[in-house]
This record gives sequence, C-alpha cells and structure tokens, in this order.
Amino acid sequence: MPAKRKEYAVSAEADMTPMIDMTFQLIAFFMVLINFADGDQDQRIKLPSSELAKPPDAPLESPLTLQLSEEGKVLFGGDEVPVDQMGSRLQTERNVIERQGKSVSDAAVIIRADARTRTGLVQELIKQCQQRGFEKFALRVKQERGP
Amino acid sequence: MKIRKSAAAGNDKVEMQMTPMIDIVFQLLTFFVMSFKIVTQEGDFNIKMPLAAPGPSSDVPPLPPIRIRLTANNQGELSGIQMGERSLSSFKDLNEAIMQMVGTDEGPGLRSEAEAEIDADYNLHYREVVHAITAISGQVTPDGHIVKLIEKLKFAPPKNGP
Repeated sequence: MPAKRKEYAVSAEADMTPMIDMTFQLIAFFMVLINFADGDQDQRIKLPSSELAKPPDAPLESPLTLQLSEEGKVLFGGDEVPVDQMGSRLQTERNVIERQGKSVSDAAVIIRADARTRTGLVQELIKQCQQRGFEKFALRVKQERGP
Repeated sequence: MKIRKSAAAGNDKVEMQMTPMIDIVFQLLTFFVMSFKIVTQEGDFNIKMPLAAPGPSSDVPPLPPIRIRLTANNQGELSGIQMGERSLSSFKDLNEAIMQMVGTDEGPGLRSEAEAEIDADYNLHYREVVHAITAISGQVTPDGHIVKLIEKLKFAPPKNGP
C-alpha cells in the first residue's frame, strides 16, 4: 500500500531578511572605510618607513605634493618631470597660491620620495622649492608599527 | 445593483518586490568591495627650511649644529655614520649618542635649541636619511611613548655629487 503523501500548500520562499541585513552591514562597512582622498598616493613610490612618523593632526595649509620616483623623476600633474626642470612648474604653483591670497611661505610642500631615491635629488628638489619661496616641508614616510 | 467587492480589499498579503532592491544592493556592495584599498598610514616629518636667512636676527650666536655625516658606497648603501668627529656603527648608537648629548629631562635644556645638520653623500639612499632623521628626532619607549629629541633639522649641500 502506497504511503499517503502529505501535501503542503506553502510556497518555498526563502526568508530574505537575514541576507539583506548582512548585505547592508557589508555595504555600511565598506562605505565607512572607503577613502577617496588618497588620490595623491602613487603606487610607483615606495615610501621609506619610520616608527616616529605620525599622521598630521590638522590638514596642512595649501599642500603641494611632489612625488619623487626612484629614477629621480618628479611625478607631478600626470607628467614625469626631471628635478632640474621643476622650476617653472613650481613658479606656476607659487602664482596660483599667491592669487588665492595666501603666502607662499605658509604653503606646505609634501615630499613623497621613494626609499631608494638618491638623497642628493631630494635635496635638489628642496632647493628648487626654496628658491621659489617655499619654506615648509613635510617629508612623508610610511608609519611603521613599533616593536 | 450589487457592487462586487474588489479582491484587494480582502486580507491578501501585499508582497514587496525584492528582486530590484537586491540587485541594486549587490551592485553597491560590488562597487565598494572593488574600490576598497588597504592603505597604510602615512606620517610626516615637518621641517621648516627657508633659504639662507638674510642675516643674524639676534645678537646671541646660535649654537653650532650637531653634524651628522652619512657616507655611502657606490651602490648607495650606507657605509658610515659620524656624529661630529665620532664614528658610530648604527642608527641605534646615533640615537643613544644624541640622547646623551641633549638629555631627556624636561626643562629649558639643549633640546629646544639644538640643531642637527645632516650631511649626506649625493647617492645615498633616501631611506637611510629617513632612518637618520628618526634617530635624531626621537625615540619610542617600550611602552609606546615618543620621547622627542632634536626637532630642528637642516641639510648640508650633498657631497660627491655628479
């Protein structure tokens, strides 16, 4: 005798609520962590690291980021400019800062130089900036976790 | 005439269409996952370095800077550290020597006035200069605090350039 099968009228619909909860949590997590402001970080530059470097407490005033690659080229505005030809670019930046009514001596130059760049090139770049009136420099380094 | 009751007026459950919402939610999720990038924290060493000052601003002559000489071999690797006339073997020694020199006690000591001048070879890797700046400007104690040493830094023109 065949067993009598029970027939259920319920539809086989999965409960969506936990999945949607989780998905929204994931979205919230990634949204909070996403950082659009790191546009000035160039992957070609491998920064040196230091355990003393602390992220700045306040954003720097009129920051100008100069990225110096290992080969000694300044990655600036999408171009690769040799250090000795940075003068005219820096002059343009200076003009822009002055047109905004700010003093060039208050503007901060952030130098992101590769760990293997020759020191002389970094110093030449600093000198070029000094000749255009820049005085504040920030040598950017990777933060290293202490022991 | 009899008016027929509409079917919707009954106790039917109104079901929300989930599919478009889930589609969009997953698209959002993919966007954020794709554009997520783990960035390491970065910090700055701030240096105020105007071009040679026009003249002494006060009658008191400033303290002579502590000269840190960093020499490099042909490959740009560090080959020697000197503080003044004294040769040091590592940046740890440099850090200790600076600490002995300026002291760590609070108060109007040498620390606020002392100035260090880094005199490096042209082809020395920038990494070594950052290590030197780290050793000069402070120390991290085992409990995670930072003891500041010399904060004024300057660079001598590079030696043995091209």
